[in-house]
Amino acid sequence: MPFLTPVESEAIRLSLLVSCWAVAGSLPLGLGCAWLLARRQFPGKLLVDGIVHLPLVLPPVVVGYALLVLLGRRGPLGAALYDWFGITVAFTWKGAAIASAVIAFPLMVRAIRLSLEGIDRRLEQAARTLGCGPLETFFTVTLPLILPGVLTGTVLAFARSLSEFGATITFVSSIPGETRTLPLALYTLTQVPGGDAAAFRLCVISVVLAFAALLIAEWLARRVAARLGS
Amino acid sequence: MLEVAVRRIQGSFALDVAFVAGTGVTALFGPSGSGKTSVVEMVAGLARPDSGRIKVEGRVLFDSAASTDLAPEARRVGYVFQEGRLFPHLSVRGNLCFGMKRVRPADRQLGFDDVVAVLGIETLLERRPSGLSGGEKQRVAIGRALLASPRILLMDEPLAALDSSRKAELLPFVAGVARRFAIPILYVSHAMDEVLQLADTLVLMEAGRVAAAGGVEQLLSDPSLKALTGRGEAGAVVAATVVGHDDCTGITRLAFAGGTLMVARQDLAVGTLTRVRIHARDIAIAIDRPERISVRNILASVVCSVTEADDHIVDVVLDCGGCPLWSQITAQGQAQLGLSPGMAVHALVKAVTVARGEVARR
Repeated sequence: MPFLTPVESEAIRLSLLVSCWAVAGSLPLGLGCAWLLARRQFPGKLLVDGIVHLPLVLPPVVVGYALLVLLGRRGPLGAALYDWFGITVAFTWKGAAIASAVIAFPLMVRAIRLSLEGIDRRLEQAARTLGCGPLETFFTVTLPLILPGVLTGTVLAFARSLSEFGATITFVSSIPGETRTLPLALYTLTQVPGGDAAAFRLCVISVVLAFAALLIAEWLARRVAARLGS
Repeated sequence: MLEVAVRRIQGSFALDVAFVAGTGVTALFGPSGSGKTSVVEMVAGLARPDSGRIKVEGRVLFDSAASTDLAPEARRVGYVFQEGRLFPHLSVRGNLCFGMKRVRPADRQLGFDDVVAVLGIETLLERRPSGLSGGEKQRVAIGRALLASPRILLMDEPLAALDSSRKAELLPFVAGVARRFAIPILYVSHAMDEVLQLADTLVLMEAGRVAAAGGVEQLLSDPSLKALTGRGEAGAVVAATVVGHDDCTGITRLAFAGGTLMVARQDLAVGTLTRVRIHARDIAIAIDRPERISVRNILASVVCSVTEADDHIVDVVLDCGGCPLWSQITAQGQAQLGLSPGMAVHALVKAVTVARGEVARR
């Protein structure tokens, strides 16, 4: 884009890449987790609930450090990933996506869980009497009904990923062209003398991006609501 | 045929129900809280009995002894819920096809166009459920259940959520489904007018158990079941066929086991099978055949039983050519007549007392 500097377009590209992957990767997991928490009773449910919500209340730096310890090259998970699949996530954009996903996960799960608890379960019973198995019922009845909640959760998670800073910089550092997303680029600019004007431009870009995400979400939610006839 | 024998303890409520429902419409009738819906949910697989056995057309759906418990989707049991439960994210057509799509074409018993026509929902197909009236929603719900080709159709008070005019509008459709499609229907209700118009067989439920089961006419004409069936007004129910109308005198003639019954003019075609409710307090009893009397129906009968209903009322059951009639007379009247089983008497029924609404299509 002509009116953006190379640094800016690089940061936007990275931010979108990281956020999209973070949301896409955590959506199936978030659906499953929300379903477990909304519908199932199992021992240790409170603990699972707590762990899912932990990133919401912990300082992001703590999350980033925990990820570094776990997924770093010598971390227990990171070493296995490298040995078996040759994948390195620390200090790469993949790691940034994982950090964003973990931080945004509670927001997504909360929104989906709320809508799961809000829908009329008797409609699922009706589907069963019409010859629809449990899994098929989930995809043909439950999922369409909770779509507004899924959308809300996705957008919240996306917006949170766009703004992720603490966990990202701790886990994957701020590498230009690899992990330096919008907030990190902005932070870098504020640290150099004379970077004010450029920092301001990034501020505006961040606002525009976040606002666009919200507007698109609102438009989608209205379309879905119209389809559901409410 | 549906065979049910189930038991379940829910807190302080014990359900212990056994009955058989054959072809046609079987009404599960009883006050709310008597366990009707629980029974239907068990048949559909939405609730689980503690023990027992459920069979439909010889196929075992549940058997605690053999640990058989088919999932709802494997039972082929249609269920029309009280509140419709249409899928809001699908059009009417999408709702109708929901179950049908999951049945192999070779196994589909009913045609889409057939069902849609019988229920009169041709013009609604592209609409959304949220835009339908209560009666329209229920018609779509019935169609949706039928198109899944069930082996039995369960209807759990499908009219209860509707106001009385919508109810009157929908009843003929339900009756039409029962007549048109050869599928057994278990119809849950606590409204006697619905039972009269729809049911062939009646299962009376009370406090989690079956109080009585049998033909509708037989059970409703039994004074000993008055407490269960006689909500509203007590009276016998007679099966009859329309044989003719007398337009200048405003009389419709019905043939029944005991002879001819003349009632106020009905809008029913000659030959229609009907069910006539004659209130017990509208039947007078005369020992000698009265002459020069305005009463149109003088039916020769035999006294079957005489029981005191309370301090001042006596229930008299008469046999009129094999058809039970039920009369309530005062204790004073009984003191004068001295009725006893076996006596030949005449039952007097005024034509005007059998008005519109007391004669229902079967």
